[in-house]
Amino acid sequence: MSSAPASPARLSLPGLLRLVVRRDLMLAMRRRADVLTTLIFFVMVVSLFPLGVGPEPEMLRKMAAGVVWVAALLASMLSLGRMFMADYVDGTLEQMLLAPQSLSVLVLGKILAHWMLSGLPLVLMAPVLGLQFDMSVQALWVLIVSLLLGTPVLSMIGAVGAALTLGLRGGGVLVSLLVLPLCIPVLIFGTGAVEAVTSSTSVAPHLLLQGALLVLAAVFTPWVTAHALRISME
Amino acid sequence: MAINWFKYSAPSTFYGLIGKLVPWFAWSSAILFTIGFYIGFFVAPTDAQQSEAYRIIFIHVPASIMSMFIYLVMAGYAALGLIFNTRLSSMMASALAPTGALFAFISLWTGALWGKPMWGTWWVWDARLTSELILLFLYLGFIALHASIDDPRRADRASALLAIIGSVNVPIIYFSVKWWNTLHQGATIKFTGTSMHAAMQQAMFIVLVACWFYAIAVALTRVRSIILERERNNQWVSELPEVRS
Repeated sequence: MSSAPASPARLSLPGLLRLVVRRDLMLAMRRRADVLTTLIFFVMVVSLFPLGVGPEPEMLRKMAAGVVWVAALLASMLSLGRMFMADYVDGTLEQMLLAPQSLSVLVLGKILAHWMLSGLPLVLMAPVLGLQFDMSVQALWVLIVSLLLGTPVLSMIGAVGAALTLGLRGGGVLVSLLVLPLCIPVLIFGTGAVEAVTSSTSVAPHLLLQGALLVLAAVFTPWVTAHALRISME
Repeated sequence: MAINWFKYSAPSTFYGLIGKLVPWFAWSSAILFTIGFYIGFFVAPTDAQQSEAYRIIFIHVPASIMSMFIYLVMAGYAALGLIFNTRLSSMMASALAPTGALFAFISLWTGALWGKPMWGTWWVWDARLTSELILLFLYLGFIALHASIDDPRRADRASALLAIIGSVNVPIIYFSVKWWNTLHQGATIKFTGTSMHAAMQQAMFIVLVACWFYAIAVALTRVRSIILERERNNQWVSELPEVRS
């Protein structure tokens, strides 16, 4: 964090947040391949389904939301290992733990950056994949909104798992084992929202519940992740 | 007379105490299982709608209750260990996890066996079944995380955090039949009276207590092994008669 504009003690919390996000984004831009791998994985998994279950449009339309959501879940698992790993290896994370600023805010910044790099590209890619599955325009919009509300939650819950498994052997598989069960509610309400469009019932409850999950996760997970990091680094 | 409860929070004294307690729990569990199953299978009347197949509830319901209850106890011990840094609480938490996972598995399995003749299917993606499955996954995640960290103290603390996060799921399972009106039936036994035959209720209650004693006996036996393993470099362990021989 050499580009700090003010002295660290006077750094405001939003300023700190911006700094962490910008740093992580810049680091990712220097190694663009990592971001693209996640996105390509997502596209590939979704494209495998029509090949696996057959190309009947009726069936594809029915399962589109579920397929996109599960693929997004798997893709976000794939990039979780990177969230703290590089900082852990080169010692930056240790400095962050020692920093006078709130570790929770630092973690929130890292989560936000992670979402911009792994969640947001999936949201932007999803409509294209939805078209492959012959989804209606209205269902596509709901899918985008539900992904916009849901993928940050995946990053947040994933951060807890990534922090707990930091530096462990076989951490990549383990983190999925820990995080996937906790992500099931996000998946259920996300696909439920799209399902509501096709069965022409109200979409709002599903999206509201997703919003509630987002708020809940935003409040608690940075704090829990900070605690988990302290356990892993002691 | 003031009893010093903290005396038994030291692994060395606790080890001796539970060595004496385990046989009592084990035997009372065995006796209660026999009585409970006898009443359940021979005394309790045949159900009007479900005929004989309903009798699986005598193991299904106690196992489901225990799977949720043990998770809460485990998370409680884990939290104690995390907050007060007591070694024994964390050991108890990791000793309870396999038993809880076993009960969750039994609950799902017996549920499937009952579901086949009653609902005509082994499995439905109903809210309660799904959340019970998540509970099993949470147990497995707890065990896997604990097993993959070499330093036992770090393993305790990391898995404690996971257990506490996961305890959000328990009220969801418990209230799932109320919140979502899906296939799994609602509660039959309520505090305000029940719609069940007395013998059925008795059998279920006795098996529940038996399961409880079984869980205590097994968890305490397991915690004894964990204590021995972790304290193997201490002198009191090497002085134990079972270790010396």
